[in-house]
Amino acid sequence: MEEPHEPSLTLKEAPVGEAWLHKRTETKDKAIAFRKFRIRRLHELFIEKFFFLNGLFAILILLGIFSLLFIKGFPAFRELGLKSFLGSSVWNPNAYSTPQYGILSLITSTLMVTFGALVIAVPLGVACAAFISQVASSRVREILKPAVEILAGIPSVVVGFLGIILVNPLIAKLFGISNGLNALNGSILLAIMSLPTIISLSEDALPAVPNTYKEASLALGGNDWQTLIRVLVPSALSGIIASIMLGMGRAIGETMTVLMATGNAPALTFNFLDAIQTMTSTIAIELGEVPYNTTHYYALFVIGLVLFVMTFVVNLVSDVILQKYQQVEK
Amino acid sequence: MRILNVRVWMLVIGVAIGGFALIGPEAQGQNMIQVKGSDSEVNLVQRLAELFMQKSRGVNIAVTGGGSGTGIAALINKQTDIANSSRELSPKEAEAAKAAGVQAFRVVFATDGISVITHPSNPVSKLTVEQIGKIFKGAITNWKEVGGKDSEVSLYGRQSNSGTYVFFREFVVKADYSPHMKSMNGNAQIVEALKRDTGGIGYVAVGYVVNEKGEVMSGVKILNVAKDGQSEAYSPVKMENVMSGKYPISRPLNQYLNGKPSGKLLDFIRFEISKEGQEVVRKEGFFPVQKEWMDFNRKQGL
Amino acid sequence: MKKRLTERLGFLMLYLAGILVLFFLGVILFDIFIKGVGALSWKFLTQPPRMGMTEGGIFPAIMGTFMVSIITVIFAVPLGMFAAIYLNEYAQPGKITRLIRLAIRNLSGVPSIVYGLFGVVLFVQMFRFGTSVVSAGLTLGLLTLPWTITACEEALKTVPKSYREGALALGATKWHSIRTNVLPYAIPGMMTGVILGLSRAAGETAPILFTGAAFFLPHLPKSLFDQFMALPYHLYILATQHHAIEKVRPIAYGTALVLLALILLLNLSAIWVRYRYRQKMRG
Repeated sequence: MEEPHEPSLTLKEAPVGEAWLHKRTETKDKAIAFRKFRIRRLHELFIEKFFFLNGLFAILILLGIFSLLFIKGFPAFRELGLKSFLGSSVWNPNAYSTPQYGILSLITSTLMVTFGALVIAVPLGVACAAFISQVASSRVREILKPAVEILAGIPSVVVGFLGIILVNPLIAKLFGISNGLNALNGSILLAIMSLPTIISLSEDALPAVPNTYKEASLALGGNDWQTLIRVLVPSALSGIIASIMLGMGRAIGETMTVLMATGNAPALTFNFLDAIQTMTSTIAIELGEVPYNTTHYYALFVIGLVLFVMTFVVNLVSDVILQKYQQVEK
Repeated sequence: MRILNVRVWMLVIGVAIGGFALIGPEAQGQNMIQVKGSDSEVNLVQRLAELFMQKSRGVNIAVTGGGSGTGIAALINKQTDIANSSRELSPKEAEAAKAAGVQAFRVVFATDGISVITHPSNPVSKLTVEQIGKIFKGAITNWKEVGGKDSEVSLYGRQSNSGTYVFFREFVVKADYSPHMKSMNGNAQIVEALKRDTGGIGYVAVGYVVNEKGEVMSGVKILNVAKDGQSEAYSPVKMENVMSGKYPISRPLNQYLNGKPSGKLLDFIRFEISKEGQEVVRKEGFFPVQKEWMDFNRKQGL
Repeated sequence: MKKRLTERLGFLMLYLAGILVLFFLGVILFDIFIKGVGALSWKFLTQPPRMGMTEGGIFPAIMGTFMVSIITVIFAVPLGMFAAIYLNEYAQPGKITRLIRLAIRNLSGVPSIVYGLFGVVLFVQMFRFGTSVVSAGLTLGLLTLPWTITACEEALKTVPKSYREGALALGATKWHSIRTNVLPYAIPGMMTGVILGLSRAAGETAPILFTGAAFFLPHLPKSLFDQFMALPYHLYILATQHHAIEKVRPIAYGTALVLLALILLLNLSAIWVRYRYRQKMRG
């Protein structure tokens, strides 16, 4: 019988007859199958790399934003020096005499209004979270939880709008001053906006505390309230603090609400009944009017950079706290 | 679930296409005039644009605000056809325009008497330019220093992108504004705020506080202003005071273009300074172009 | 005795906290509804503004918000899904994965005005899209991305491991098993996240302030590279920059109501999708 050339078969191994025919096709099939397998593997690899790139995209954006802010803000640093930004509290780039780029008052105003917001939102938010997770009946919970979600969805313009129309005269009447566009107004509005964040995250943290803690306290003779205050809340503390930090980040970065309701006076003041101007408002007010690539334009990016760094740090701290919290639980 | 997805996506895409289809028969980009800038002028120019578009079909005029500074910046960045500006071009802006190859062509189409307003309950009725300047730079902080009640002065002004801000600072305050001045977003916001602020004072374009009959709108009080301690104080509400210069804080309202206009753009400008246009100006609470400025317009071929 | 009293008082405070939060929400919704419903009509929703915005409707703003949202979704959804698939299906625990997660968390905390700054430089200037639907849509897309990724990842997590393992055991490749055994069950959950992210983007003003929103345009955007009107920006202008602020107050309230209604509608549909999805997973 004529044997077709098969380099892999020696005369000795060559099978005979039908069995041989079978084995030959089997090998060819194997080769084809192996090639197919290799292609599939390559295909899979491409797909995996594709998804990997998508994941990497997030890092790219974050780095992109940071570097853009830095690059665009750098000319202002170079021209004016760090001192003129951080050492002065007068922000007046279009001044009558010499332009001033001091951002201290902008920073303090942002911090003031954030602090005010937290003073209102933290006790209220944590208490509400405790209420939802520990005390409320399931029917009440069915109302409150969606309510908090809806509150989270209300746009900042709408809140600012009501700040001008409702809160403004209220504050004016309450404190007997001539108008209510000030830091207090901003704080109240920001508190309303950070409440959902604080409530949802604290709520997640509270029932996460193991039942064993709860039972131990009750076994020792404490009543429900004491259990809550002395055991549950402290052990959920890191989760709660993380939620507060996130709410704080939200307040620092909020633009429209403060733009509409705080009066926008760039003076340095610590009086909550005074009008103030936050960093975010400054950018929102002035970005539209500056011709591109002027010192004023670059200076706005410096403010953006400061904002970015502040929220970055707050987020980082919140992350670290959450990490420790998860470790403790383990 | 897969089916649900497909249906939902089809719905979304269908509505999207429907939406875009509504735009379909629009003309392709020609005859679109973009106007940006002064908040003081925005409502007036919008009104003029609406009437012009009714008369002259096939032209679309988009009017947006943002402040005189924004408008001029847009003109220099070649992002607008007309820059509404309630002040003149600054030397820096003129340089930047030249550097960008933009030839700033100025048209004066109305006159404004910047009005200093307070709450109706405020007993003070007149001030000199110098007193107003001192108040706005923070040298006078209590109303009793100018003959009013013993209460703090609450300042309202515009933001630095506003032509009114710049003009008022240059001609009245002559120094930096007090950092306690609340920067409001536009003339209307100042008026709004003053209606509720018994100790407030602010400056606005006259069109925002005078109605179409030429009367002061309710809710605010317009101060009479005197050039100095020896002169009489005049009200900006009377056209004669503003046109003759007796009212000391008046200014021409401008538009800047890139070079002399032609075509529909020229028609629009001509409409604004025509008798019909100037009547609209009056109705909106402003005043017609002063004679010297009209001569200036004519000399440029308008 | 004292214990009882503190307990009672304590719980009363918690109860009050809950009521207060409900009260805030109630005031907001109630006020906007009462003062805005008077301005609503079919004409209001389908006509453009007239007479310097003191009359007419807000149709171009509704349309503009709609168009921008579509661009946002087209950009943020695929990217978000793919990134989530990577994180949940392929990523090995390690430094890069931690960095990616850190980046996502931080991106969700970046202030919206900073996104606006970024959008102005990148899309408006560098890519030369100018102030347009595209620039604003992409900026909003970036803003929504962290949210979309997180939501999609959550959705993927709820699909039991056994689904994947079953497919793999039968000889499917990893991608194949994801495609046929995981995604179909995760998609409703992903949709919930997408819809919620979309509702957030629809209400944002700061990112679109300088990337394309305009005050008054006499026509709808003719292309994706045109400026557009948008509901939140419209409300902002009506509330702060209009010349007859008192006169347009009802229109401002109407705009706020339409915006709120839109967002509520989106939220409700997301909740409905989630509800149906949970039912299906149970059954």
